[in-house]
Amino acid sequence: MGALALVPLGFVVVYTALIGPGDAWDLVARPRVGELLGNTVTLVVGCTATCTALGVGCAWLVERTDVPLSRVWHGLLVAPLAVPAFVNSYSWASLVPGIHGFTGALVVITLSYYPLVYLPVVAVLRGLDPALEEAAYSLGHSRARTFARVVLPQLRPAVLGGCLLVSLHLLAEFGALQMLQFPTFTTAIYDQYGSTFNGEAANMLASVLVLLCMLILLAELRLRGRRRYARVARGAARPVEIIRLGGGRGPLTLVLAAVVALAVGLPAYSLVHWLRVGSSTEFPVGELAAAAGTSLGLGAAAAAATVVLAMPAAWLAVRYPGLTSNLVERSTYVANALPGIVVALALVTVSIRAVQPIYQTYVLLLLAYAIMFLPRAVVSVRAALEQAPVLLDEVAHSLGVGSLATVRRVTLPIIAPGIGAGAALVFLAVSTELTATLMLAPIDTTTLATRFWAESSSVAYGAAAPYALLMVLISIPAAVLLGRHASLSSPWEAPR
Amino acid sequence: MRRAPVALTAALLIAPLLAACGGDDDGPFITVYNAQHEELLEEVAPIFEEETGIEVKLRSGKDLELANQLVQEGDASPADVFLTENSPAMTLVDNAGLFEPIDDETLALVPPQFSPSDKSWLGFIARSTVMVYNTDALSEDELPTSLMDLAQPEWASRVAFSPTGADFQAIVSAVVATQGEEAARSWIQSLADNGTVLENNLVVMKAVNDGEVDAGIIYHYYWYRDQKESGENSDSSQLHFFGDQDPGAFLSVSGAGVLAASDKREDAQAFVEFLAGEEGQQAIADSYALEYPLNPAVSLEPPVKPFSELEPPAIDVSTLNSEVVVQMMQDVGLL
Repeated sequence: MGALALVPLGFVVVYTALIGPGDAWDLVARPRVGELLGNTVTLVVGCTATCTALGVGCAWLVERTDVPLSRVWHGLLVAPLAVPAFVNSYSWASLVPGIHGFTGALVVITLSYYPLVYLPVVAVLRGLDPALEEAAYSLGHSRARTFARVVLPQLRPAVLGGCLLVSLHLLAEFGALQMLQFPTFTTAIYDQYGSTFNGEAANMLASVLVLLCMLILLAELRLRGRRRYARVARGAARPVEIIRLGGGRGPLTLVLAAVVALAVGLPAYSLVHWLRVGSSTEFPVGELAAAAGTSLGLGAAAAAATVVLAMPAAWLAVRYPGLTSNLVERSTYVANALPGIVVALALVTVSIRAVQPIYQTYVLLLLAYAIMFLPRAVVSVRAALEQAPVLLDEVAHSLGVGSLATVRRVTLPIIAPGIGAGAALVFLAVSTELTATLMLAPIDTTTLATRFWAESSSVAYGAAAPYALLMVLISIPAAVLLGRHASLSSPWEAPR
Repeated sequence: MRRAPVALTAALLIAPLLAACGGDDDGPFITVYNAQHEELLEEVAPIFEEETGIEVKLRSGKDLELANQLVQEGDASPADVFLTENSPAMTLVDNAGLFEPIDDETLALVPPQFSPSDKSWLGFIARSTVMVYNTDALSEDELPTSLMDLAQPEWASRVAFSPTGADFQAIVSAVVATQGEEAARSWIQSLADNGTVLENNLVVMKAVNDGEVDAGIIYHYYWYRDQKESGENSDSSQLHFFGDQDPGAFLSVSGAGVLAASDKREDAQAFVEFLAGEEGQQAIADSYALEYPLNPAVSLEPPVKPFSELEPPAIDVSTLNSEVVVQMMQDVGLL
């Protein structure tokens, strides 16, 4: 699987080698590349910071304080997962004139991506032992100081995991940023492919993007460090003390309401607006249903395939930690940070020569999805596997249970929620994927994303809206699954 | 037990996909890599299918993504016909030697200046460059007579454009072709310094309409289509057509080509002939697209400015968007 995941990377490297070092350097050492690097880095730093602040803040309010209706808020705060980022930015761009550039990108991306930090943090907050905090209070620490010195450090792996997902998503984000007119490497790569002679320049930008992705992966490994976060034994769970907000209760509830209004309410309003205003709005029920069916089917099939392919990488990384397994696991991340067009063109080039019979079939399309979205599954499955200690396998063996039976009766039940979370994340990504679908799907395949694209690129806002709405609707089950999963355990980061 | 329903659901969801894999490709069909607006083909292709019994299968995408895909596919490409919005994508595929010449009878259906001299593809519809301006910010007598004027200091910070799209790059090519490289370079330099760079033509039109900027460079149909849709992004603006063979009156040509690797070249040629013929062109003119049909027998309904009143510069379509243009735009930091 690692080798498959490296096909796009290989394409970039070989292409770069063909260009030759001199020309390659000329293409990289340009003012425009510097500008793009600045944009990309500031956006990644800015968005991970705001997503962390928003994610941790909301998680703390919902989990630890007496804000009213905390269950309802939890559901609503997870809901942006069901709104594709480009639908969100389409809404903002069409309702708020002048929202573009860095500010626009920061606002829209944060509102779309913060659940990736919020979810794991909620999961960890629920799993924390209140005894640690009580010990801190008893030693004379104030509430704020306890939060900073005891709670925050325990949140670190969850926050880092979330930030990793946010930044990798962001490196490859195209639709949302293009609509907000904030050029990054990925949007520039699309632009370069949009120029007659610039396959080479596009490829050089992709190489820089690969380096950037590797830096982020390294940074996350370093920051994660080797600390252990596990408790010796789980003990009996005790409810945590709920913090009374007093006079702050009203205003802080309003903050939650504002986040939800901006992240969910605004896109919803905008879609309804376009459904009503556009004269091209119609409901071709047959087409809508067919596209929704294809999106659902592809999403489900890709989710299943990707999770299956993610197992070996996650298994190696957890059960046989070391340099090789780390490399295998991390290599799966690179394709996720490359723009869809690079991955798709790489697969076109390789598959039409190597495996022509499956070119532009569902088999190849599913493989492409798996390569692109493997990290989402690996991250979840890996975390779940970490909760299934080898010790349990050994106990099962000592009781005379065979290897297969152990997997079925011990390991699978423990990691099932993690598998579900991974599958849900992959499903969300596939249901909005555009470029690879356009290039690699069997001819005549129409998904909600391709219909939305076809309609919205021709000024027919009204005609695009029903497809966007359906995209949100079919994503709701996956978002609900992720929201409920966070309530049970931590899919992203477990004690090691 | 808990997994059984999941498996069942998965099976139910995947079944139709697998069924679709089988396909029912009984009759003859051609595969069209289509970068034109999909709705346009949905209007036109069924008429062809009915008349010939040849099914038209569409793979839709953007100009240069599909062009790059065709180049990567090379001789193994499943495509029979390639349709684009702008001509540079045709040139990209042509440079890779992947087209076979268009039949002479088909070429004769449209004026010769809209197809390349080597006959490797055919221009079948066109879009005109225009300046869209906010009617509160500009009055008619303040309008420039040439696209080149927009480089003058009095237009600094008042003009928006979208340099990253293939559309604008074609316009720059027209400036190079008509004004020479040096004049084009200083023009694009001052636009880069003083203009407002936006992401695409729709955004340019909207920004002008919202009064964020006084004027913008786009193609004509964006504005007319928005008028037809709701007017929400165009009611506070008007179009200014340049005349007198100015580069600002440049007509960008949408192309149709037949792939040499196709094993259905006859059917593919027949489809291109249909697109350029009177019936196909009339269907295009009646569609929402509002692009200019190039067959002289057919014209667009008002309010779109009549094709006969346009005064485009004469430019060899196959020289558009040359490496020079991309290099120039990279040099001034627009790409």
